[in-house]
Amino acid sequence: MNKKKIAQKNNKLKSGQNELFTNPDADVAREFFRTKSRALKPKLSTVEEIVRTYLHDGDYIVIGGFGANRIPTAILHEIVRQGKKHLGFAGHTSTHDFQILVAGECFDRCDIAYIIGLEARGLSPNARRYMESGKVKITEWSNATLSWRLKAAAMGLSFMPARNLMGTDTFKYSASKEIICPFTGQKYVAHPALYPDFAAIHVHECDIYGNAHVYGASVSDQDLAKASKRVVLTTERIIPTEKIRQNPEATFIPFWCVDAVVEMPFGSYPGNMPYEYFSDEEHLREWLMIEKNPAEFKKFIDKQIFGTKNFYEYLELNGGIEKMKKLRAIELLYDQK
Amino acid sequence: MAEYNQLELMICVAARNLEDGSTVVVGTGAPCAAAMLAQKTHSPNICILFEAGGVAPILPAMPISVGDSRTFHQAIMASSMPEIMETCQRGMVDYTFLGGAQVDMYGNINSTMIGTDHSKPTVRFPGSGGANDLASLCWRTMMMTVQDAKRFTNNIDFITSPGYLQGGNSRYEAGLPKGTGPYRIITNMAIMGFDDETKRMQVISINPGYTRKDVQDNCGFELLWADTINETDAPHESELRILRTEVDPDRYIIGR
Repeated sequence: MNKKKIAQKNNKLKSGQNELFTNPDADVAREFFRTKSRALKPKLSTVEEIVRTYLHDGDYIVIGGFGANRIPTAILHEIVRQGKKHLGFAGHTSTHDFQILVAGECFDRCDIAYIIGLEARGLSPNARRYMESGKVKITEWSNATLSWRLKAAAMGLSFMPARNLMGTDTFKYSASKEIICPFTGQKYVAHPALYPDFAAIHVHECDIYGNAHVYGASVSDQDLAKASKRVVLTTERIIPTEKIRQNPEATFIPFWCVDAVVEMPFGSYPGNMPYEYFSDEEHLREWLMIEKNPAEFKKFIDKQIFGTKNFYEYLELNGGIEKMKKLRAIELLYDQK
Repeated sequence: MAEYNQLELMICVAARNLEDGSTVVVGTGAPCAAAMLAQKTHSPNICILFEAGGVAPILPAMPISVGDSRTFHQAIMASSMPEIMETCQRGMVDYTFLGGAQVDMYGNINSTMIGTDHSKPTVRFPGSGGANDLASLCWRTMMMTVQDAKRFTNNIDFITSPGYLQGGNSRYEAGLPKGTGPYRIITNMAIMGFDDETKRMQVISINPGYTRKDVQDNCGFELLWADTINETDAPHESELRILRTEVDPDRYIIGR
């Protein structure tokens, strides 16, 4: 059967039946980006101020990195601490980031690619309870789909054609639509562009304007920075702008995407930060174990998040610099004395 | 004959299916062990990819996440998720391995939920992650799983990742790329492929110590049988030695 015939046969194109939580309209996005500052100005801020200023109840948010790798933990804790509610969330291989936001019941609608699990570490009992409670509106996608939805937005478009999802229940409970290629007659699935309200990304280094370097697997973070209306960075360290200008091909995120910057050494803890420190597997295991008992878990969160004033206190509570040195040795594959 | 456990057998069998010079996207756990074993035995030039962006790393240890530092340790490229997925979509990736809570006779896999109401599942699982994408776009999909009648069922609650959908030509009529689909299901009891016409699951060899009856009794649907059924070649001493000493010395995956 040639492609034309397939197209004729499938003249009844299917649509995913679940809710699209964000507006894919490229002109609406352009109107926003028209007003976004392009000024090369200092953007240093604090975690407290960023979450208070740039994130509002009901916003749709995305988190950079990959679940427990290069995540902006300080921002996640602060979202819980400030009691942000009714957020929309992109579960794009979200693992420990998901656990933190579930602990605060911060979101009530979720685009799902990967949630609840912590990959080889097992499943989060608390996240599972929350997602089985019926409190969260959900739409199904896949990792590539969310990547491509962000890419469509990063390109200033309203959708991206692709060849995944078709024929499955993942498609049925998505909000994508089948289309026919006008050139070849091939059937594709059109994934709606995802323009988030707020993105938080942890980077290795950036200058005070938000020009950032990232090392290691970049997941979808370049598209995430371009697609999102407000973008905040936490960074392992601030570097002088000369270092950016000496090596401009290394600029991973340019300043005009970025609204605010916070220097936050060890900011991905307890997650892995490539070439800096490995994940704290003991702490992540403890977190997963304690979640089995909701009362104990509440005490744990009270101590770890509500009982700490900021991220430095959380680091101290869990071993401080001495622990960080151990995690650096694991990351860099040497034996610590 | 060497002593081995079920996981060691499945990993050795899976590794033998990965020929030198091929590309494979793997997750953490047994699939990664299979790819590493292949690399250290007959396929030194196999290219291992991880969906978060790692390309051809020299793995110093078993990754705990498909995005952790190990997945691009001394790699050819530390790229992005779109880069990996688009390489699959372009037709450059030969193999992938998937897991799931349920699989049906056409190789469709559920890793999303158990229950009848999608908005309020009885049991919620992580969802597709990259599984739907890899099952849609890689040439050959393999699955490694312990076999039982609950897991191998035609009453699959949710098709997360496509196998041959409703069988026959339905996968390609749905729009998925031609020539792609499930290739091998490797269980503790047997190795299955898929019938060329009907696309139904078909036993091609039985593992040592199991019978035809074991294989069918531990499957919730009627299996097809190839004309000649061989006994699966048990893990060799040399494979087991490398698996135990070089691939998974801490026995995270193969167990103690």
